Amino acid sequence: MSAEGTAASRLFDCRDAFTGALEAVAEQDARIVIVVNDSVGSSKLSSFRKRWPERTINVGIAEQNMVGVSSGLANGGKIPFVSAASCFLTGRALEQIKADVVYSKANVKLVGQSPGIGYGELGPTHHSIEDFAWLRVLPGLAIVSPADPWETAEAVKAAARLDGPVFLRVSRFGVPPLTRRADATFAIGKAETLREGGDVAIIANGVMVARALVAADALAEKGVGARVVNMASIAPLDIEALRAAADIGAIVTVEEHSTRGGLGGAVAEFVVGYRPCPVRIVGFPEFMPTGGIEFLFETYGLTAAGIARAAEEAIALRHKR
Amino acid sequence: MTILASTPTSPERAAIVAKIRDKARAIRMHALNMVYAARLGHPGGDLSVADILATLYFGVLRIDPKAPRDPGRDRLILSKGHASGALYATLAEAGFIPLEWLSTYMKPKSMLNGHPNRNYVTGVEANTGPLGHGMPIAVGAAIAGKLDKADFRVFVITGDGELQEGSNWEAAMAAGHHKLANLALIIDRNTLQQGARVAETNDVEPLGDKFRAFNWEVVDADGHDPSALIDALTRPEGRVKPLCVIAHTIKGKGVSFMEDQVGWHHGVPTKVQLDQAMKELSLS
Repeated sequence: MSAEGTAASRLFDCRDAFTGALEAVAEQDARIVIVVNDSVGSSKLSSFRKRWPERTINVGIAEQNMVGVSSGLANGGKIPFVSAASCFLTGRALEQIKADVVYSKANVKLVGQSPGIGYGELGPTHHSIEDFAWLRVLPGLAIVSPADPWETAEAVKAAARLDGPVFLRVSRFGVPPLTRRADATFAIGKAETLREGGDVAIIANGVMVARALVAADALAEKGVGARVVNMASIAPLDIEALRAAADIGAIVTVEEHSTRGGLGGAVAEFVVGYRPCPVRIVGFPEFMPTGGIEFLFETYGLTAAGIARAAEEAIALRHKR
Repeated sequence: MTILASTPTSPERAAIVAKIRDKARAIRMHALNMVYAARLGHPGGDLSVADILATLYFGVLRIDPKAPRDPGRDRLILSKGHASGALYATLAEAGFIPLEWLSTYMKPKSMLNGHPNRNYVTGVEANTGPLGHGMPIAVGAAIAGKLDKADFRVFVITGDGELQEGSNWEAAMAAGHHKLANLALIIDRNTLQQGARVAETNDVEPLGDKFRAFNWEVVDADGHDPSALIDALTRPEGRVKPLCVIAHTIKGKGVSFMEDQVGWHHGVPTKVQLDQAMKELSLS
């Protein structure tokens, strides 16, 4: 299935889909509460707070307490959605995430807002290009990075249904809605093949998926067949989709994250143990200079052109072997 | 500072205190046997917290080992999770886990890890161990109870050195702000931490004033006096603030050569020392 032309569509902020879906599940389940660190506005949760002020727990600027409190709320029978800037949520409260939530198997949903380089010019202190890396090593934590509004809403519903910890990465960077079959379904741990191709597999997540599709269009014009896989779940990984990608023999991964330890790392870890092949990891390799989101994407090749280039490099490497 | 001490005035209270003292003695003996068998553990902290745990489980908490996940149960979170020996011994004495489990403490594949895991051990409310985690969890459970207008109480035990962790003060601020009258903190104030005296390391005093400034009600009590602890923890109805009980304790309490000795934070007794400890405890 092709998603041609989606890049030209109107762009959507996935936070709106997040809050819409969250209010919908909260209407159905009174156990759902939100926990924030003065982050109601940045999480677009004003409407939730207005509807359910008593179910809005604002702990102030205190992330360790925020995550610990959420574990306690789960102990008390609530289903807390913790919504905070991903850089602070995951960096400041990592030990609480590990011990109080994941190791405890607490029914807590962690929502990393404005991840990646969503804060652009505010710089590396506010960028969250490490969150996949330091959360991916926690066994039993589902990690989902939705690609568009539909998937964001589906992921919220799936997280609410799952009895266990989830990390949901919600981008503030505008994305086009992907074209999907009417009967498309979402499941945590299930990858989505958006386009078939036999020369290279482009595995992307989050806001990079739409760009991967544009890159595949450009490659097709050159006669290169690129399969595009939306790997929204980094944990658990869709092993079948990874096997199929490795069988093609050339892989590119694309993520709004560090080149170390994220989606690329997860794919590479699997591929070396199954059928080693070139894996080009597109992401951010360093603390970045001052600049806006588009400038940073351009600088580090997180663009359709950059992804297509990486795909050609992966194919060339395969032929060298 | 007035440290609450109490002499039971009623026969009912005297009977409860006698039972708590019996249980505390058993907890101490179990804990030392467990540390001796495991060649590992935290005996000093086990002994300082034993009377607090015994008082809670046999005099204060509304819990039922046959319904350990009852939504309306009182919660006890042992933030100083390294005192797991005392906690497991207490849970066994209270009927949450079999007494036979205690001999497996820290053995391969034992349910009784060095730090408690709620998914392994019935009655454990939180996976603690890294310090400064219990208070935020307790605050969350207390908020949940308040939201549901439930009448359960949440108790959390921290060490005193543990209060050097900043996360406690984030939680203390939140508890005061939310007026969590259903929350009680018990500080095992034994004045020693792993490497030295708390006062020589990073002093936590004035401790009561700190909590009062965070909008808590503070009571100082003898942490080895069950009746005083019951009085401190069951203060008059109608409180509007979270309660902080500074339980003044002696690390290594009950074993002469371990008392107030920093080296017994995680020391392991020899057979001769274990026998001596058991003799002293049996006479206590």
